[in-house]
Amino acid sequence: MTLLAFTALIALGSFVAGTVGALTGLGGGVIVVPLLTLALGVDIRYAVGASLVSVIATSSGAAAAYLRDGYVNLRVGLFLEIATTLGALAGGALGVWLSPDRVAVIFGIVLAVSAVLSLRAPARVAASASDRLAVLLRLGGRLPPVAGGDAYAVRGVPGGFALMFGAGVASSLLGIGSGAIKVLALDRVMGLPFKVSTTTSNFMIGVTAAAGAGVYLNRGYIDPALAMPVMLGVLAGSFLGARLLAQAPVARLRLVFAVVLWLLAAQMIYNGLTDHHV
Amino acid sequence: MSKTALDEARLERRLGALLRAGVLAAATLVLIGAALLLWQHGGERVSFAHFSGEPRALRHPLAIAADAASGSGRGLIQLGLLLLIATPVARVAFAAVAFWRVRDRLYLGVTLWVLAVLAFSLLGTR
Repeated sequence: MTLLAFTALIALGSFVAGTVGALTGLGGGVIVVPLLTLALGVDIRYAVGASLVSVIATSSGAAAAYLRDGYVNLRVGLFLEIATTLGALAGGALGVWLSPDRVAVIFGIVLAVSAVLSLRAPARVAASASDRLAVLLRLGGRLPPVAGGDAYAVRGVPGGFALMFGAGVASSLLGIGSGAIKVLALDRVMGLPFKVSTTTSNFMIGVTAAAGAGVYLNRGYIDPALAMPVMLGVLAGSFLGARLLAQAPVARLRLVFAVVLWLLAAQMIYNGLTDHHV
Repeated sequence: MSKTALDEARLERRLGALLRAGVLAAATLVLIGAALLLWQHGGERVSFAHFSGEPRALRHPLAIAADAASGSGRGLIQLGLLLLIATPVARVAFAAVAFWRVRDRLYLGVTLWVLAVLAFSLLGTR
C-alpha cells in the first residue's frame, strides 16, 4: 500500500475510534489499538506509541472545557500524578521487555474489563470524613465548587494511590488513557463525588500518557508517519463524539459497543495466544 | 501553611488555556509536516507490520529539532508530537510556579517530583 492510501485509511479508522471512544467514555485508545493491529496489521509496539500520542491530544484538547467548570480537584489530581507517572515509567519498561504477543493478551483482558466497567452505573459510597492522610494533604473540596458549596471528604488515599500506579502501568503498556481505572480509584476507593472523579481523571490522563510517550519516543517506538493520522483522526473524532453525546441514546450505544469491545478483546487474546501476527 | 490563598479557579482556567494552546500548536506542526511528507513520499510503499525502531534522529529532543529544521516532513511531525508530549509537562511546571508563589511547599514538592519523573521519561537514562 502507498503511504498516501495508508495515511487516509488510518486517519478514517482513527476518526471512527475517536468518535466511539468519546461516546462510550472509554477514550480512543482502547479502540484504535485493536483497529491498527487487527484490521491494518500494524505491529502492536507502533500501535501503542501512536495511540499514546492521541491520548495526550484528546485529553489536553478537552481540558479547557472541563477545567472551566471547576469540578477538577487540583490537589487530588496533582498528588496522584506521582503514582500515575511512576506507573507509566514502569509500564514503559514492561512494554519494552514483554513480547508483543503477551502485550496483546494483556490488552485483550483490560479491554474486556473496561467494557464491563463502562456499563455499570456509578454507585459510590461517599466518604463521611477525610482520613488523616487526606487532611494532611488538604485533599477535600466543595461541590458545587464555590465558597458556599457543600464540603466533601476524601478517604482511602493509600489504596487510591496504589490503583493509580496500576492505571499508569496500563496506560503506557497498552497505549490507553485508562480513565476507567482512574475513575474507579477516585470514585469507589477515595469516595470523591462522581462529577469530580470523571473530570479529575481526565485532567490526569494527559500527564500520565506524556510519561509513557516520553519513554516510547526515546526508545524509537513512535513513528511519525503512523502517529500523524492516528493523532489527527482520534482528535477530530473525539470532538465529534463529544458533540453527539448530548443527543445520543448513550445507554443503548454503550451496550452495543460493549459487545463490539468484547469481540475485539477475544480476537486480541486469541491472536496473542496462538502466535498470530499482532 | 500558605500565606496567601491560591486562587484555584483562576489557576485552573489558565491551565486549561495552556493545554489547549499546546494542542493547537502541536496539531498545526503535525499538519504542516504531514503535507510535506505526503507531498514528497506519498507514492512510496509502506508497511508497519514489522517493527524496526526509529532512527536516532527521530528519538531525542535535540536531534528531532535538528531534523525538523532541515525541512524533513517526518522531522516536522515528530517535532509536533514532541510539543504535544511537552504540553502536559508545561502544565505541571505552570502549577509548580503557582504553588511556589503562594509558598505552598507541600504541593511545590509534589509538582516538582512529577516534573522530575516526566523529564526522566523524556530524556531517558542515556
